[in-house]
Amino acid sequence: MGAVWVYGELFEGNVHPTTLELLTKARSLGDGTEAVLLGPGASEVAPTLGEYGAQRVFAADDAVYTDHLAQPAVHTLHRLVEEHRPGMILFAMTYVARDVAGRLQARTGSTLLSNATDILGPDRGQTQIFGGTQIVDVALEGPDPKLVVVRPKSFEPQPSGGTAEVVEVPVDVPEELKRPTVVERHEEAAAGPKLEEAPVVISGGRGLQDAGNFELLRELAESIGKAAVGATRAVVDSGWVPYAMQIGQTGTTVKPDVYIAVGISGATQHMVGMKESKRIIAINKDPDAPILKIADVGVVGDALKIVPRVTEAVKAQKGG
Amino acid sequence: MNVVVLAKYIPNPQGTPDLGDDNLVKREGVEGGLDPGDEFAVEAALQLAEQSGGEVTVVSMGPEVALQAVQKALSMNCSKGVLISDPALRGSDVWVTARVLAAAIKRAGFDVVVTGVESTDGSTGTLPMTLAELLEVPALSFARHVEAKDGNIRIERQTETGYDVVECAPPALVSVTAGANNPRYPTLKNIMQAKQKPVDRPSLADLGLSGDEVRPTQQVAEIRPAPERQGGEIVEDEGEGVQRIVEFLKEAKVL
Ligand SMILES: Cc1cc2nc3c(=O)[nH]c(=O)nc-3n(C[C@H](O)[C@H](O)[C@H](O)COP(=O)(O)OP(=O)(O)OC[C@H]3O[C@@H](n4cnc5c(N)ncnc54)[C@H](O)[C@@H]3O)c2cc1C
Ligand SMILES: Nc1ncnc2c1ncn2[C@@H]1O[C@H](COP(=O)(O)O)[C@@H](O)[C@H]1O
Repeated sequence: MGAVWVYGELFEGNVHPTTLELLTKARSLGDGTEAVLLGPGASEVAPTLGEYGAQRVFAADDAVYTDHLAQPAVHTLHRLVEEHRPGMILFAMTYVARDVAGRLQARTGSTLLSNATDILGPDRGQTQIFGGTQIVDVALEGPDPKLVVVRPKSFEPQPSGGTAEVVEVPVDVPEELKRPTVVERHEEAAAGPKLEEAPVVISGGRGLQDAGNFELLRELAESIGKAAVGATRAVVDSGWVPYAMQIGQTGTTVKPDVYIAVGISGATQHMVGMKESKRIIAINKDPDAPILKIADVGVVGDALKIVPRVTEAVKAQKGG
Repeated sequence: MNVVVLAKYIPNPQGTPDLGDDNLVKREGVEGGLDPGDEFAVEAALQLAEQSGGEVTVVSMGPEVALQAVQKALSMNCSKGVLISDPALRGSDVWVTARVLAAAIKRAGFDVVVTGVESTDGSTGTLPMTLAELLEVPALSFARHVEAKDGNIRIERQTETGYDVVECAPPALVSVTAGANNPRYPTLKNIMQAKQKPVDRPSLADLGLSGDEVRPTQQVAEIRPAPERQGGEIVEDEGEGVQRIVEFLKEAKVL
């Protein structure tokens, strides 16, 4: 088959972590690893992609790729695909890349596997269904390039020590594709370590009773240090905390050393985003809550009473 | 603005669906209904039409029972329905579904197409964008708020760290996230009236598609249960629980 491409992403002036995860996998598939990186700052950070296995990076530095959502990127990516004919393209399941993959499919007419958790070969991918309870191997048929949209954190990024040839790509986006337009950008993310990177994640659910009680989790996080606070969709939908904190199928996937689930029932859509955590602690007043069945330590009781006492005990530990 | 909204019928919206012997999700002979995620799309579509003057057509592809999903949307106040139901479409993948829906939407005519972000059972989450490209329109994706403003569509688009405000003139496609609005409850009268509303039932031939063109491009090669994570100790006493948590954090070397 042709080379395996990674559709790279830029994030806060750097390479998005998922790009390095995908490159690590791509290079294990053989047949050449190449990447496409579009947007302001692309050529500057392109060498990092080489360090994770890209032999060649097609880069274009232009705000047209960030100001009009997917259409400009799809146009340029499609032209590159026609020219170089990759066998497979890997995308991360992010807001940006998922849109690009969906549109590209309409142009290439090739198959698209979404929610992939592994790539088994040039014509075979793996996904999980029903909240990660069933593993499905999928045979990919039809014309190349096969398009695979991969869940974040499916692979551990590992540097290869290589270097990439960086190819400047001409920006040739037709005027009619510069739609829609981003007119404002707003940040809502909480202070402290990033959810995806924190060694400890403390998440709250509807069992916290009201938005104000999230403060209990923030205090615990502070007492532990290097801990981030997450949430279930139920409380995000209720407007208690911003969406950026949602963990699960339609939120962030985390794999911390310790995950602490507070007042969370353990719906499959939540568990799919945290069940690969190294260790799980759960606090729930209902002894039959599904989350307790996968917890290494499960405490049956009132979270509003237990959490502050844990915070006190942690502080005492650290003090003494 | 005339709006087309997509509505998917899913089996067992509240629980976990079942797989048949053919490794396909069982969609017939089980309780089902309109995908809860699509209720937000229907509500957003109705609001867009109400704000700008226009009507909403609900489009669905699925088995005969999918008529229930169409009727639910009609009872929420959509004006008419389109249901594409054909045995050749059983086990369709996202590529086939996108082309069938695109053909039906073109036939119905539209200024705006509204969809959910991802279906509860399939959750591929790429169909709306494939559809937008097939319809050759821009897309406002992951909308957590939608409004018609001065003839344009304006949304708040969910991002990893917050949200962006994104605008576009029609024709366009909008994909709406769950929680974007409060879907209306149909009254008994609405439910009765919905039964009188027209539902078009085009065949694949009406849509200009042949049986060959709707062959899926993916096959399930193997399916097996994921290894289950083993539970550990359960502590019933709160005081003991506090101690055990702190010990466990120390064992994990995070303290
Ligand atoms: C398509 C789709 C995608 C979804 N994606 C996601 C996703 O990405 N992430 C996600 O989280 N969910 C997702 N969901 C929603 C999911 O199905 C659940 O509804 C949600 O996770 C439940 O959140 P919860 O555990 O906070 O609330 P609940 O299920 O209401 O659980 C609250 C828990 O708190 C316990 N409790 C109550 N009081 C106390 C107390 N004082 N002390 C201790 N415990 C207490 C209760 O026993 C209960 O177990 C999705 C659903 C769909 C259909
Ligand atoms: N068979 C279908 N009929 C109508 N709409 C659909 C169908 N499949 C998917 N959709 C729409 O596309 C969205 C994304 O679906 P999916 O890509 O399957 O996750 C859903 O929320 C629906 O709005």
